[in-house]
Amino acid sequence: MNSFISKPPDLPTVSSAATNDQSVASANRSPVVDVDNVYKSFGAQHVLNGVSLTVHPGETRAVLGRSGTGKSVLLRLIVGLQEPDSGSVRIFGQDIAGLSLDRLAPIRKKMGFLFQHAALYDSLTVGENVGFPLNHHRADMSKSERDERVSQVLSEVGMEKQSDKMPAELSGGMQKRIGLARALVMDPELLLLDEPTAGLDPIGSAEINELVLKLQKEHHIAFIVVTHDIHSARTIADRLTLLDKGCVVMDGSFEELKSSDNEFVREFLKHS
Amino acid sequence: MSDRGLNATGIETSLAERRIPVLSPLGELVNAFLEWFGSLAIFAWNVARAACTPPYEWRELVRQLDEVGSKSLPLVALAGAAIGAVLAMEAQQSLTQFGAKALFPSAIVFSVVTEMGPIITGLVVSGRVGAGIGAELASMKVSEQIDALEVSAVSPYRLLAAPRILACILMMPLLTVAADFCGLMMGWVAGTLFEPMSLHRFIESGFNGATMSSFLPPTFKTAVFGLIVGLIACFQGMTTTGGAEGVGRAATKSVVLASLFVILADVVLVKFILVVFPL
Repeated sequence: MNSFISKPPDLPTVSSAATNDQSVASANRSPVVDVDNVYKSFGAQHVLNGVSLTVHPGETRAVLGRSGTGKSVLLRLIVGLQEPDSGSVRIFGQDIAGLSLDRLAPIRKKMGFLFQHAALYDSLTVGENVGFPLNHHRADMSKSERDERVSQVLSEVGMEKQSDKMPAELSGGMQKRIGLARALVMDPELLLLDEPTAGLDPIGSAEINELVLKLQKEHHIAFIVVTHDIHSARTIADRLTLLDKGCVVMDGSFEELKSSDNEFVREFLKHS
Repeated sequence: MSDRGLNATGIETSLAERRIPVLSPLGELVNAFLEWFGSLAIFAWNVARAACTPPYEWRELVRQLDEVGSKSLPLVALAGAAIGAVLAMEAQQSLTQFGAKALFPSAIVFSVVTEMGPIITGLVVSGRVGAGIGAELASMKVSEQIDALEVSAVSPYRLLAAPRILACILMMPLLTVAADFCGLMMGWVAGTLFEPMSLHRFIESGFNGATMSSFLPPTFKTAVFGLIVGLIACFQGMTTTGGAEGVGRAATKSVVLASLFVILADVVLVKFILVVFPL
């Protein structure tokens, strides 16, 4: 079994001192993600109403909120799967609005995305799923180098022995690990995680959290994590953004969130 | 799929907002058709652009040629053979009744090769391949696998749609030749059971006076059927919404719309061929 399972589920929380140090350091660099006053509607339903958000290199930002508040839509805007009605989304300094698939491709190669249900290609094995981005974008690597990279990433997520299995043979938690391995295989600078712990048991959630902490430490990747799980957000995130009805209600560290007088924030924390 | 390529939701939303509320039901229907047709045209443009620019997905194309071609062959051959047998039985009786028995081989050859073979192939492939492509891509769409492709900076138009549509275009004429062959053979067998005739004589009389222009245009018109089947099935699959219900809806719509448009295209193409290649 992998090293994560052997560890206890109650994981250390990122200390506020460490958080502040990292935030100050990262604030001096240009943001990896800069979402500015974004609006998005689907017909008469206004999902995002002027959301702004920045994420700096090496920073982990958790986006929290009730179901239907636009958390996943925000993530889809950042990855370019949807376009905002107004406002701008700048990734690595480039406004991605209106970019064609081909022009967006170089930016996306520097990003990894873990879907809520992993979205593994069901006709490919685990190894083929993880190697898929490499096979399409790294023609400069030999097959053995690509295979080695796949094994390395699978080993990082503790799934090295599952390479020949089909996604349908794996549990939800294992599928998420494979999804994470696929997101990591291109060595991204920005990783977007959509509900990484949803549907997992407490131990599975703790394993994913620990994996994210390990990746933060080893790869210095910027993360945006959409989650309902306040414990997970507290464990892995430097800063938390709380959304309600498509607006940012609160943006800050967990301690700031906890000491907030905002009624919605208090209600949210009370029921989390 | 994303807004950038073709987001059915986005297009429907923006057009719906502009829709005039006093439109009659007929107006709504026309409006919906124009929206669908416009979205299909944008989709076709994106696929054409992706298909013409490298990297080319050769491996996927070969896989789809096998999927569309060799796996449809038994069904197409059987349908062609059945049509040939039915035509022969009907033609024997009718021609004997009118004292034109000598025209039997020509009647079979011309009706099978110029019309029955191509249209039967088009409809059989619409059913088998259209439903398969529609359901497969819709299933990928609802399980976010197509989004995962896009996020991995791989164009779904290039990897999924272009090889499937190209395979349909390339394989349809070959399948038509197979359907024609089986139709002619079964036509001869059925005719021989009614009144014995050698295969040599059947072929010689059947093709007497025929030129390449009698047979090539009807065979190659099926490439257009292939384009219709592939394009509609990929479009329906990649723009579907909703879970299992969406997959079922995409498969059904793929078959119904592809079959309908194959028949409509046949009307236009027959007229076109008669004008350009007069008998």
